Amino acid sequence: MTTFLELLANGISVGAVYALIALGFVVIFKATEVVNFTHASLLLAGGFLVAKLHPALGFWLALAAGVAGAALVGALIEFLIIRRARVGSHGVLAIVTIGVDILLTTELTRQIGTDVLALGDPWRDQVLHLGPITIAETRVVALGVAAALITAFLLAFKFTGWGVAMRATAEDAETAALMGVRLGRVSLSAWAVAGALAAIAALFLCVFPTPGLDRSTTAAAMKAFPAAILGGLDSTTGALAGGLIVGVTEALMSGYQSQLAFLGRGIGDAAPFLVMIAILLFRPAGIFGTKELARV
Amino acid sequence: MAGEAGLEITDLAVHYGPVRALRGVRVTVPRGAVVAVLGANGAGKSTLLRAVSGTLRFHRGGVTSGTVSFGGSRLNGSPAAAVARGVVQVPEGRRVFARMTVAENLRAGALGVRDRGKVAEARDRVHALFPILAERPHQRAGLLSGGEQQMLSIGRALMANPSMLLLDEPTLGLAPMMAARIAATIREINEQGTSVLLVEQNAAMALGLASHAYVLEVGEVALSGPAAELAASDEVRRRYLGVGTPETDRPVGIDAEDAPPELTPRPVRTLPRWTA
Ligand SMILES: Nc1ncnc2c1ncn2[C@@H]1O[C@H](COP(=O)(O)OP(=O)(O)OP(=O)(O)O)[C@@H](O)[C@H]1O
Ligand SMILES: [Mg+2]
Repeated sequence: MTTFLELLANGISVGAVYALIALGFVVIFKATEVVNFTHASLLLAGGFLVAKLHPALGFWLALAAGVAGAALVGALIEFLIIRRARVGSHGVLAIVTIGVDILLTTELTRQIGTDVLALGDPWRDQVLHLGPITIAETRVVALGVAAALITAFLLAFKFTGWGVAMRATAEDAETAALMGVRLGRVSLSAWAVAGALAAIAALFLCVFPTPGLDRSTTAAAMKAFPAAILGGLDSTTGALAGGLIVGVTEALMSGYQSQLAFLGRGIGDAAPFLVMIAILLFRPAGIFGTKELARV
Repeated sequence: MAGEAGLEITDLAVHYGPVRALRGVRVTVPRGAVVAVLGANGAGKSTLLRAVSGTLRFHRGGVTSGTVSFGGSRLNGSPAAAVARGVVQVPEGRRVFARMTVAENLRAGALGVRDRGKVAEARDRVHALFPILAERPHQRAGLLSGGEQQMLSIGRALMANPSMLLLDEPTLGLAPMMAARIAATIREINEQGTSVLLVEQNAAMALGLASHAYVLEVGEVALSGPAAELAASDEVRRRYLGVGTPETDRPVGIDAEDAPPELTPRPVRTLPRWTA
């Protein structure tokens, strides 16, 4: 029972981090209808900046720089590539983002080489004892931060002018333009926000118990894709649910791996994709989605 | 033309790719006036409004010659700039944001306005014109009736404090009662100082509201003049007002679709319509 609770707590925490990534993914999709495959490299870029800058700047400033940097990279991708290609079909744009992702990831992994980079976070490997369960401090912080960011984001989406412009654009871009909404700005802000969220997620994917940032970090980031897709690509609620489902499934499957040995080793890593496929079989648009990926 | 420059469209040509939708179109809307544009399906009425509001690119179209200017200076084809200059379009088919509430739709209409005081004023004006919108701020727009959605669509455009309102078939698909109400509201909006460019198939209603009118046929201005003169002209009566049928005297509610086939204009070259 204790194991189960611990696994569950860890799963929820990691799931909240996946939700952060998935949220950025969904925001870009809503604002521009582009399926953004550069997300993993945005995340890597954010994490890389924190790792490289923290010895000089200290952790918090480095984190701020990483967040700003990833937001900037996102904005640049939008401004230099996506915007220029605006008239092209969204399917083609998705493939363009795959190309950009490969470029960025290749360059970043070349920089990282075989190193495992520490991010210099203040929580290190401390653990908390909450009743019967023992959990890493980083996991608790991750959950708290992700929950706070997601709440702030959803409130902004619901109540600010930016959020109204986003939703109006997502629903009907031409009519939003008739209201004086500058679609370029909406799209730019979506990419920047997604980059910033990805950088925060990078931090929590690389801290204890993970040894640090290395070339395999993108693989962890990739799990946010099934999270976004199974929740519904155009649904913020879906991103949250998807993130949690993926996080918890992965944690439980890895935790009970010995009992699940008949499924083969490494089932935890494959679990998110299996869950995604299972859900898409029954709900092609995802749990909360309204648009099928195939129609994009 | 009363001294002040309103909307001036000169020698406008618009293409959608290789397809020509407008040629040599000249339309003037003096400040404070209501001007109507009539025409059959596919005549280019919506295209004309898109050229003014700067939304042709959403349909893969563009202005290939001619100019659109407002208040004496050119509109550069950006929708946001047009809104900032006070030129606001109500799109054909209402196009309310169905997943958003009534209040959010109105808020969306004011997204181009910075001054909060002005937004509050505009909301009061819209609520006074359309009390139903004040009564149901939290209802999802998609659940409103067609007539209510049209009111919301007009109200949303008014949130931007337009000095020139472009209306694309505001009575499309509405029952005569509701169409008459919309017509009365358009007159009221105009009396409050907003110029109106009204695109309609409902010729009787449009000619009743407008001071001047233009008839578009296959992308060109076929007729124009004072609305009363057009309403009296044989050609317009025959083609758009259904002379000789009991429809003639009905002030509103005559849809082109309702008119007997022989009263529709000469066969129009039909072009594929790629976007609804
Ligand atoms: N996106 C497009 N691509 C190609 N042709 C188009 C496009 N949109 C409109 N057209 C063509 O341009 C011409 C004018 O269309 P427009 O929509 O302006 O007509 P309309 O007068 O508004 O008609 P309706 O009364 O049916 O709304 C039509 O022949 C139409 O087929
Ligand atoms: Mg039209």
